[in-house]
Amino acid sequence: MIHRKKSSGSIAKERLKLVLIHDRAGTSPSSNIMEMLRRDIISVISKYFDVVEQDFDVEIKNTADMHSGSSATRLTANIPIRSIKNLGRNKG
Amino acid sequence: MQNVIVVTSGKGGVGKTTTVANLGAGIARQGKKVVLIDTDIGLRNLDVVLGLENRIVYDLVDVVEGTCRLKQALIKDKRYDGLFLIPAAQTRDKMSLTPEQMKKLVAELEEEVDYIIIDCPAGIEQGFKNAIAGAKSAIVVTVPEVSAVRDADRIIGLLSAAGIDDCYLLVNRMRIDLVKKGDMLALDDTLDILGIELIGVVPEDERIIKSSNMGEPIVTNDKAPAGKAYRNITRRILGENVPMNDIEDDGGLASVFKKLFGVK
Repeated sequence: MIHRKKSSGSIAKERLKLVLIHDRAGTSPSSNIMEMLRRDIISVISKYFDVVEQDFDVEIKNTADMHSGSSATRLTANIPIRSIKNLGRNKG
Repeated sequence: MQNVIVVTSGKGGVGKTTTVANLGAGIARQGKKVVLIDTDIGLRNLDVVLGLENRIVYDLVDVVEGTCRLKQALIKDKRYDGLFLIPAAQTRDKMSLTPEQMKKLVAELEEEVDYIIIDCPAGIEQGFKNAIAGAKSAIVVTVPEVSAVRDADRIIGLLSAAGIDDCYLLVNRMRIDLVKKGDMLALDDTLDILGIELIGVVPEDERIIKSSNMGEPIVTNDKAPAGKAYRNITRRILGENVPMNDIEDDGGLASVFKKLFGVK
């Protein structure tokens, strides 16, 4: 298949979508979405792992896709853990 | 759409003031009484777009400070009996007005007129907060460019946070020829991204430049595509169900030919 050059209009649309993910994440009217997400993830993970809360890191990253050359947006979380909980023991 | 409407955009230069002037003249043409308030203190322009700059004695800050009575600051338009302007103060700054003062002024004006349209300054600071304070509905003006749509998205979020959820999008300076070539953000994409209802699309029209040179709103020009677009938007504001098919008519060569040969 012949590789067709993308129109500037569709490039504009993609760039806009990416920039709005960052804007909306950082400027949600009620409060900060990323902070709310961080708290929710901590509470879920903490059921199974003992996590190092102060080093817990969630962020939105733009990465270039090697195959298509277009950029993609992903949510990445870096969650340092101290230990896994022994849930079987809790059942007694 | 409710009776107190703020016209806002975040980004400057997308056509807020032109929109306010044309909607005001459009609504007045329909026999309604309408007051336009310019809240861009220090950088007033609605007066010149309407051609009323020589009639200003008192301004918005004079009214809220009690230097004059409300009626004294209402400048009557030369063309339409029902159209009035409260100009912004030119030699003061945005801090000379508070959101509470705007709310009080709007409440007072509501008793007297059918519609109040508020021209908001660019930006999201004090001037924006003042402009939206008394508003019940909002028209968010954007142009089909990444920067303007991005700012519109931010503004929609701020309006929602301020409790104004009755928001409509006006896409200005649309060029159908560029959209067809794929070189402009398409209307559907813009609507999809912003997620609010469309009130209308105003095509790029060089007659707008002439109309602002003259201080005559283009809504009165029967030949101009932008004038037609503003007339349709006016009718939608007044509650009429006007289809969006005016978007196709860009006033370019193709549509001139179509008209010449009677092709619909």
